[in-house]
Amino acid sequence: MADLSVDLCGVTFKNPIIPASGVFGYGREYEEFYPLSALGGIATKGTTGSLRTGNLAPRIAETPAGMLNSVGLQNPGIDAFIERELPDLLTKDTVILANIAGSTPEECAEVAAKLDRTDVHMIELNISCPNVKQGGAAFGTSCIMAEQVTASVRKATTKPLVVKLSPNVTSITDIAKAVEAAGADAVSLINTLLGMRIDIRSRRPVLHNNVGGLSGPAIFPVAVRMVWQVANAVQIPVIGMGGVSSGEDAIELMMAGASAVQVGMACFTDPYAPVKIIREMDEFLNTNHIASVRDIIGTVQPW
Amino acid sequence: MTNYTQGVYPISEKQAIAQDTYSFTLYCPAVAENAKPGQFVHILPKGYGLRRPISIAGIDKEKGMLRLVFAVRGKGTESLAGLNKGDFMDMIAPLGHGFTLFPEAEHVVLVGGGIGVPPMLPLAAYYGSKATVISGFRSFPQVILQEDLAQYCAKTICCTEDGSAGTVKGFVTAPLSDLLREGVNAVYACGPQAMLKAVARACIESGTYCEVSLEERMACGIGACLGCACRTKDADGNEKYLHVCKNGPVFRAEEVQW
Repeated sequence: MADLSVDLCGVTFKNPIIPASGVFGYGREYEEFYPLSALGGIATKGTTGSLRTGNLAPRIAETPAGMLNSVGLQNPGIDAFIERELPDLLTKDTVILANIAGSTPEECAEVAAKLDRTDVHMIELNISCPNVKQGGAAFGTSCIMAEQVTASVRKATTKPLVVKLSPNVTSITDIAKAVEAAGADAVSLINTLLGMRIDIRSRRPVLHNNVGGLSGPAIFPVAVRMVWQVANAVQIPVIGMGGVSSGEDAIELMMAGASAVQVGMACFTDPYAPVKIIREMDEFLNTNHIASVRDIIGTVQPW
Repeated sequence: MTNYTQGVYPISEKQAIAQDTYSFTLYCPAVAENAKPGQFVHILPKGYGLRRPISIAGIDKEKGMLRLVFAVRGKGTESLAGLNKGDFMDMIAPLGHGFTLFPEAEHVVLVGGGIGVPPMLPLAAYYGSKATVISGFRSFPQVILQEDLAQYCAKTICCTEDGSAGTVKGFVTAPLSDLLREGVNAVYACGPQAMLKAVARACIESGTYCEVSLEERMACGIGACLGCACRTKDADGNEKYLHVCKNGPVFRAEEVQW
């Protein structure tokens, strides 16, 4: 068996696979299938300063090799998360990345400050949610805003800080460099690509929010490209995600430069996807006589 | 909470029962053992990324069988409909919480509209002669499960919008109002939203206990992704989003904000 462990910002993951924020709730529902300790980590559902109800339904639409969602950051708020969800999660023997978001840099900082007083392992700051009117993507599409919000969260916490980037930008490397300069310990990418579908009979958008985030295998090549570009542009580690649905996909994203990999839509297709991906990665490494998964990070040899 | 599992189960029976509507029986003893009326299963059509939620139309714990009846709505359900006896279905089940059953009830009414009729079958099997079923369809080619329901229930009332089949021309609400006036212990309904809304209103006005089974576009099916939101109001009037897959698909009529 190959060594699957990776280190990220001083935190050791037993393997590089992390269910992505938003697909996995707080893990409870997936515990019916397998122990959460099988996972490298869990990125929890995005949490804001106070309760958010989310968007009207329909929030989901299937698309060729993918899906659109416009959940709209429905969550019980940071106090409820810390009180009701986090203590139990911290007993699961897996790395917990608390995903946070807010409408203003102050709200993000306040949420981070509250988490700073907990035993959560890492904070993942979402500056790229396409489904909320304020904050969200607005922070992630401007270098100045991305830098400001990262800097204010950085001041609020000494926890390892991962900033989750939007692909809906002209130059993702510029945003990555901006958040690195503002004190991010790592970046994660890509969040969903903004998309839309229309029901041609009713002439209504399929999603009640009109537009939503595209995820799934359809976006995997975009993720590989952006991870590769960002990994070459910054010194801090990159967590890759976007349409990963097999061990081979995860290996590919790590060769592009990712130090760990998040899994999103694949969990819906097959709830066992994260554990299958871990097993398939191990098989690939064994077959190819690679002792440690760390040995493949960023090893793509560009033409 | 339910104890759901993911598995691949063989199809032991398949039948086309109406236009674009199919009945499948799966051999899945552990699932059948846990399943309750009103719950659903989440089935993955091969080659697709998202599963399709399908209500449970029959539970045979002795034989270890589950019956599913669904209509072809798009390419995913079309692919499922193409499967045959001996093929396998990839299914997470049983999911959601089902209908509240009242062993003491003397008369209940089951209201199904179109492809909302199948989840009434397990209720019909439970209540037997204490149940009256009202089913509504657009037209004759869509009429399903009337013999199956009649085998259990005291009375089946079939309505079609164009009068091409059944005894009532028009909507399910007319015969429902007559029954509500006579007094019933509970009403259970599944079908198009407009029908559910009308049934819920009639029941609330007559002070009759009513549960409705809702449908929504879903991703995970187990309550993690928060995709299948349903706007509800609790007893204190606080609005909040619940989720069809985990909090439902069955809701009390007065909870739902239509």
